[in-house]
Amino acid sequence: MSSCFQTLSDYGLRSIGYGERLLPKSDITLCEQFVLIGSGMIWNIYFAVLALLLGFFFATVLALGKNSNLSLFSAPCRLFIFIFRGSPLFIQFFFAYDLFVLLPRLGFDIDLGFLVVTVETRWLTKAWLGALIVLFFNTSAYAGEIFYGALRAVPSQDLESADAFGFTGIKKFRRIIWPTMLRLAWPSYTNEAIFMFHATTLVFFTGFPAWQQKGDAIYYASYFADKTFNPFVPYPIVGFYFVLLTLLIIGLFGFINRRLNKHLPTNERKRLRFNKYNLIR
Amino acid sequence: MFSYCADPKTLEGLMWLSCYVTTAKHMSFYFSFLVVMGLLSLAAPLAMAFGFAGATASRSTFRIIRSLGKGYLAMIRGIPDIVFFLFIPIALDQAFEYLRHKVLCSDVTEPIRQGNDFVVCTAAKLPLNTASEWVHDIYGFSLALLAFGFVFGAFAGNVLSGAMAAVPKSQIETGEAYGFSQSQIFRRILIPQMWIYALPGLSNLWMILIKATPLLFLLGIEDIVYWAKELGGIKTGVYEYPHPDWRAWYFGVLMIFYLSLTYLSQSVLDKISARLSQGQATMAGKAG
Repeated sequence: MSSCFQTLSDYGLRSIGYGERLLPKSDITLCEQFVLIGSGMIWNIYFAVLALLLGFFFATVLALGKNSNLSLFSAPCRLFIFIFRGSPLFIQFFFAYDLFVLLPRLGFDIDLGFLVVTVETRWLTKAWLGALIVLFFNTSAYAGEIFYGALRAVPSQDLESADAFGFTGIKKFRRIIWPTMLRLAWPSYTNEAIFMFHATTLVFFTGFPAWQQKGDAIYYASYFADKTFNPFVPYPIVGFYFVLLTLLIIGLFGFINRRLNKHLPTNERKRLRFNKYNLIR
Repeated sequence: MFSYCADPKTLEGLMWLSCYVTTAKHMSFYFSFLVVMGLLSLAAPLAMAFGFAGATASRSTFRIIRSLGKGYLAMIRGIPDIVFFLFIPIALDQAFEYLRHKVLCSDVTEPIRQGNDFVVCTAAKLPLNTASEWVHDIYGFSLALLAFGFVFGAFAGNVLSGAMAAVPKSQIETGEAYGFSQSQIFRRILIPQMWIYALPGLSNLWMILIKATPLLFLLGIEDIVYWAKELGGIKTGVYEYPHPDWRAWYFGVLMIFYLSLTYLSQSVLDKISARLSQGQATMAGKAG
């Protein structure tokens, strides 16, 4: 048991570069598999949480843009959503990585007049930034479509009441439209969040290299499966971690869902039920 | 391909390009698009079969079968599909070899798992070492196909069991009142009526299946992703057709391929949905 604590301190943060440098090569124990795969989960959580947080706001912008009467706004939003929803994320990763590689390596200066910003393009070829950008765009497109659907479903009476009370512009959006849109979209958005976590497993299988073997959960799992020639241990461990994570997301999003529905009479409240139609990205 | 392609070093411009895009490797690249189409056309019915079995099992009156069915439908919610794509082909391969080892080489007493190795006798290897290359290709493709069928079967099972639950209760009660047996109700009432409820979910599933096809690359199959990487990489002067890093272009072509495929599918599915909604007591039916 004490050796397992030793493993934990050696490999617990291995995926972000702390602890033992060499990965276990022979006599791989169950403990090592659990610890190292768990360490890889740090990357999955990092990618998904940041992409979802940033994507949430961009998705709202995309939904409003797509809903706009001006084709100057709606056309680019439609195109963006179509491109990222219509093509496989796997190909998007490859495409983006190869584009980033083609950019000048050393970075270039952007002269803003009062200040010169040096853009470090070489960071774009690293997973922590490059893959994050792809995931951010991808989740924004999916969530944008969900929000757009919800925006179209906001009851017209709500809007009329808002007009009658003299709400206009930003205030009308922030107080009336946005909360209702979120409430209607929330079950689907929860689903999108779950699939975003699942999608992070693709990152290190595409062009983005796992530098110094700092990879995500499934990177280590496939490493163990290759080394031990036994897929029956590492993959169920990844499955176990992701089931835990999924339950956590459902709990958290269920809590937010209850807040969003708080003002409704009890019989009209929608519980966050995992509608079977609604399960797929 | 063309007669003037004999010495590519002397060619320029469009002539060079026409020779470049018709090399034997490019032909394999074009063929791999057909492999994607083949996978789609085989995986879709297989997934429907798995899904139908799963959905039916999850409604079974036997407890064990019901929990097996429910477990199958639930697992896909928590675990990323890539885990299954990586796990199932190796697991199946080892399971097949293990069984063949037990049957064909029953005299070998050494354990199969020796430390970090999985050792079966030569006769139990799948495919046999002596088998020709296309047998290896077909075997690998079949394992991948089974993985797709299994994962998308779980998705389809969720859609179908939702659709079965959406068929109005009164329809089933009417069947019971007329003295239908349970299997008659299932075949004559539930199945014919569930499709309209299943359609949105199944269309969505078809789009996801299209977008999952590049994952073939993870299973070690020489698919479009493999060839795009291979052909697009930097080719130095030792190659017949030297060029800089063109991978972004090749993956751009793949993006366009998938975008047109999903666009086309979406317009066909919209038509089917409009057709099936005609005369239904729904908003879409009344509008049309």
